[in-house]
Amino acid sequence: MKIKEIQNDIIEEFSLFEDWKEKYEYIIELGNSIKIIDKKNKIESNLIKGCQSKLWLHAELKNGKVIYSADSEAIITKGIAAILLRVFSNQTAKDILDGDIKYIDEIGLKEHLSPTRANGLVSMIKQIKYYALAYNN
Amino acid sequence: MIYKMSFDLEKIRSDFPILKRKINGSNFIYFDNAATSQKPNIVIDSISDYYKNYNSNIHRGVHTISQEATDAYENARVKVQKHFNIQSSHEIIFTSGTTHSINLVANGFQDLLNDKDEIIISGLEHHSNIVPWQMMAEKNGAKIKIIPINENGELDMEVYNTILNNKTKLVFVNHVSNALGIINPIKTIIEKAHKLNAAVLIDGAQASAHFKTDLQELNADFYTTSAHKLCGPTGIGMLYGKEKWLKKLPPYQGGGEMISDVTFEKTTYAELPHKFEAGTPNVSGAIAFGVALDYLNGINFEKIYKYESSLLDYATKKLNLIPNLKIYGESKNKTSVISFNIEGIHAYDIGALLDKFGIAVRTGQHCAQPIMDHFGISGTVRVSLSFYNTKKEIDVLYKSLKQVISMLS
Repeated sequence: MKIKEIQNDIIEEFSLFEDWKEKYEYIIELGNSIKIIDKKNKIESNLIKGCQSKLWLHAELKNGKVIYSADSEAIITKGIAAILLRVFSNQTAKDILDGDIKYIDEIGLKEHLSPTRANGLVSMIKQIKYYALAYNN
Repeated sequence: MIYKMSFDLEKIRSDFPILKRKINGSNFIYFDNAATSQKPNIVIDSISDYYKNYNSNIHRGVHTISQEATDAYENARVKVQKHFNIQSSHEIIFTSGTTHSINLVANGFQDLLNDKDEIIISGLEHHSNIVPWQMMAEKNGAKIKIIPINENGELDMEVYNTILNNKTKLVFVNHVSNALGIINPIKTIIEKAHKLNAAVLIDGAQASAHFKTDLQELNADFYTTSAHKLCGPTGIGMLYGKEKWLKKLPPYQGGGEMISDVTFEKTTYAELPHKFEAGTPNVSGAIAFGVALDYLNGINFEKIYKYESSLLDYATKKLNLIPNLKIYGESKNKTSVISFNIEGIHAYDIGALLDKFGIAVRTGQHCAQPIMDHFGISGTVRVSLSFYNTKKEIDVLYKSLKQVISMLS
């Protein structure tokens, strides 16, 4: 599926939630079910330093597509990381570079991506793009 | 002018317009007071009044409003002097806040110390209290020694006694710890340092909002605070320094106000306090700082401390009812701050969900990574209470926290 299509699916799913509680329960569920990073990749060099919670991101190229995996100490951060990876993982480097994250705004999670939130997610998005840039060259 | 007021909680709350806000549909509950306090109308209005009626550059103008602004600015200095019982008003420098004050002192000591000298910093310090000294030490080679903390988060005074020696020239301790709220034994620290002729700087940013400090009695060489921690605006604070020290320290910044005579060959510096107040100062900020002190003194600091202690007791008891909740820094001697974690749940998750309930708390390291390293944790949830908070709000926190935990487990 193309990045835009997945993003639209996510927007539609989130539109069904009646209040913030349902939304966050879903994010927590995603956080608990995310396919976490392989232990061997949970290393210092994959660590994205946020002020508050540790966040790991690993990337590898398989059959021309970039596969990302992630983990975080905080479950909400992990859940949002899952929403980001659902969109950006298993895509071509070029599509990842062309993709935007406006859908995060539309599903009402923008606050977690504010640079001052210091949960590492902003750095994670940058890192996703850096990997794509590296694999694209 | 002192605004007469008894401790009427309802009246006090009505002084703070922000407390009427709703966040995510819930009544706003502000428990991040150690980061910054909220502002009463009287402080907010004083800033608007200044800009509407007598905004002017101070000290040099001959016209009416310049004199009014100068009077109001200098009157604010006198209010600070009275509040902290400082011997003379020229021992008070208006700075942009505690961080600026500490940098001013550190910069001044850069030339006074060399690689044979030592300085002592407590292990409870806020980042802003560590970095300026590291920068100073890089330049003059002075050694930095640390007073570690014990398992209760209190300073280890036995270690202090052993690292304090004839080479010690400066000791820096916060009056109250930012992350844990513990009141440090600064009186003892100062007395011991003075026996060896070491100067002492106290960071009073976390103390000033909760109780009054008599600086002549305390006898610290320097003391600093930020107005925004005590119902005043951001961008203004004070540095108190004993006259002998302020005379000894070189000026920090060059510019207008701080000079008395300038030729291309030589500049003569102005007298205290203007030597350290280069350029146009934060006039409205200083005035509003004075108004904030009046406001708090009108309520009465003893009443504030007593009420905040009762809130702290209530919140501590209530939070301790929650299974697997651990409070850090359970010292008997602390201000109304509770730093805690719940086993198996990350502080960020708790903070993010409490926000959804309209409750503002702080999560993370509270700019005090050394303390977090000491406890071997990556952060805590910090609830910091103020005199305008209520027991009812603590009940809402308790209920919301239970819901947050059930969502997260």
